[in-house]
Amino acid sequence: MLGPGKAWKFGDDVNTDYIIAGKYKLSITDLDELSKHAMETLMPDFSQKVKKGDFIVAGKNFGCGSSREQAPLVLKHLGISAVIAKSFARIFYRNAVNIGLPVIECADIDKIEHGDILEVNMQRGYVKNLTKGETYRVKPLPPEIQEILLEGGLVKYVKKHGRLPWQ
Amino acid sequence: MGKTISEKILSHASGKDAYAGDIVVAKIDAAMMHDGMAQLVINAFKEMGGKTLWDPDRVAIVIDHVAPSAYEAFSKVHKMMRMFAFKHGAKFYEVGSGVCHQLMIESGLVHPGSVIVGSDSHTCTYGALGAFATGIGSTEMAAVLLSGRLWFKVPETIEVLIEGNLPPMVFPKDVILKIIGTIKADGATYKAIEFKGSTVKSMNVEGRLTLTNMAVEMGAKTGIMEPDEKTRAFLKALGCREIKGFTSDEDVDYSESIKFDVSDLEPQVSCPHAVDNVKSVKEVEGREVNQVFIGSCTNGRLYDLRIAAKIMKGKHAKKGVRVIVIPASRKVYREAVKEGLIDIFLDFGCAICNPGCGPCAGAHQGILAPGERCISTSNRNFKARMGSPEAEIYLASPATAAASAVMGEITDPRRFLKEE
Ligand code: SF4
Repeated sequence: MLGPGKAWKFGDDVNTDYIIAGKYKLSITDLDELSKHAMETLMPDFSQKVKKGDFIVAGKNFGCGSSREQAPLVLKHLGISAVIAKSFARIFYRNAVNIGLPVIECADIDKIEHGDILEVNMQRGYVKNLTKGETYRVKPLPPEIQEILLEGGLVKYVKKHGRLPWQ
Repeated sequence: MGKTISEKILSHASGKDAYAGDIVVAKIDAAMMHDGMAQLVINAFKEMGGKTLWDPDRVAIVIDHVAPSAYEAFSKVHKMMRMFAFKHGAKFYEVGSGVCHQLMIESGLVHPGSVIVGSDSHTCTYGALGAFATGIGSTEMAAVLLSGRLWFKVPETIEVLIEGNLPPMVFPKDVILKIIGTIKADGATYKAIEFKGSTVKSMNVEGRLTLTNMAVEMGAKTGIMEPDEKTRAFLKALGCREIKGFTSDEDVDYSESIKFDVSDLEPQVSCPHAVDNVKSVKEVEGREVNQVFIGSCTNGRLYDLRIAAKIMKGKHAKKGVRVIVIPASRKVYREAVKEGLIDIFLDFGCAICNPGCGPCAGAHQGILAPGERCISTSNRNFKARMGSPEAEIYLASPATAAASAVMGEITDPRRFLKEE
């Protein structure tokens, strides 16, 4: 179970430059420092206000653009418990799984408002909106992906099992 | 049922009879990483217990994003990369060699039918040579360095059929911008785009690379093309011997087929702050520009520099406009010197920077101030990509960028037709 946490709502096509701008990614290598600039272009005070356990809720094509793994990393570092979006860009999706940040596809994003309190059950495949008293079905993750997420990402998986998941 | 190029390549690389939707574990022919991601890759590789690279000759490590380093933090990353590359015997490209994708193409590591991964989203560029190439993240890259293998979901393929002769002053960049404006930023997510048709056939390889480079701007996993005589001649000149590759079968089931007739296409421009916000140059003509950038993995090749030089020849940049020209690689730079293009740029008043990503990556060499406008031949115009969030980036062909540099405002290059 993930959450309960507050929904931080964003629109469609949130690209990786908006999640963490290239100018920071290419000048700051310390994750504490880098995370201060997460989502800055869209919401300047996001990193100060977000709390551990909160969710990012967004429209379609979340994470489009570059392959920077710093994008899911800064969100995870700030304590985001999952990104819930209508759809994801593919590299972001793979990166998030590989670093252990849950990514959840949900068609009912429009019913969630900024500030709603959410709870997510990935295994059973639902998002509960505690503020509105509603439950939304989500696409359950393929088992291979759940396995990597449950271990906390690919590095932790390899450390534990001594092999890659596909070996 | 027939197979697409991507299905054939991934079947070949995985030893499985694979179709779209199947998950395969494919053998990787080459892997590339650059300084924007290297620290994460190297750390993950070490954490996973990596001792040796699966095949050092197939691993390219490139310093191009902040090259030369502009910050101490990145000097440390570069130092770490050198140590890693030398220790493991990987191919290493020092500051000044060029943009990673151009270097990969020139290296001969990319050939038709190969599977290539890079820790950069524009790795899809190599599809113009008939390779299956895609961008991956840093942790996955570490896994590839360890094992030489990676899982892929075999993508469905969208057929993009481009027909017609390009009108004067209309270039491959205009074609791909038009396509992105139609398919949109997420129109090809998870899919491969196969570029076909008479227009593609008549383009040189450099122009084709501009098309595949921007496939990811539609969310595609890769952009790909059938290798032909031009591809083979291009690769032979690089000393590459594996030049056969695959073609799609006649009876392939494309997930979608989209046709473009480019015989009346006008010069295109992608407007702030999204790549798919595409208009014809005419619609935005006259907007003042402060910076012009000609370069990047999209349009920094000799063909592109020639186009820009033709317009700039004998002229000078408009007062108040700074023009940054960056050849995509040292090889391109040297040829541009030999052909006299660099002289033309110098006379025009350009700042010519060392081969690398330059302002495209947003770290240095052309950061925009609030309220400024840049016209660039690169591939992304997201807000704050090149500096201030209050600056604007327009993406265009080298011809449109050069014409705009002459006039100091966004300019349709067809005004310079006489000189073509
Ligand atoms: S030139 Fe730009 S798009 Fe190409 S690899 Fe460099 S930063 Fe990325």
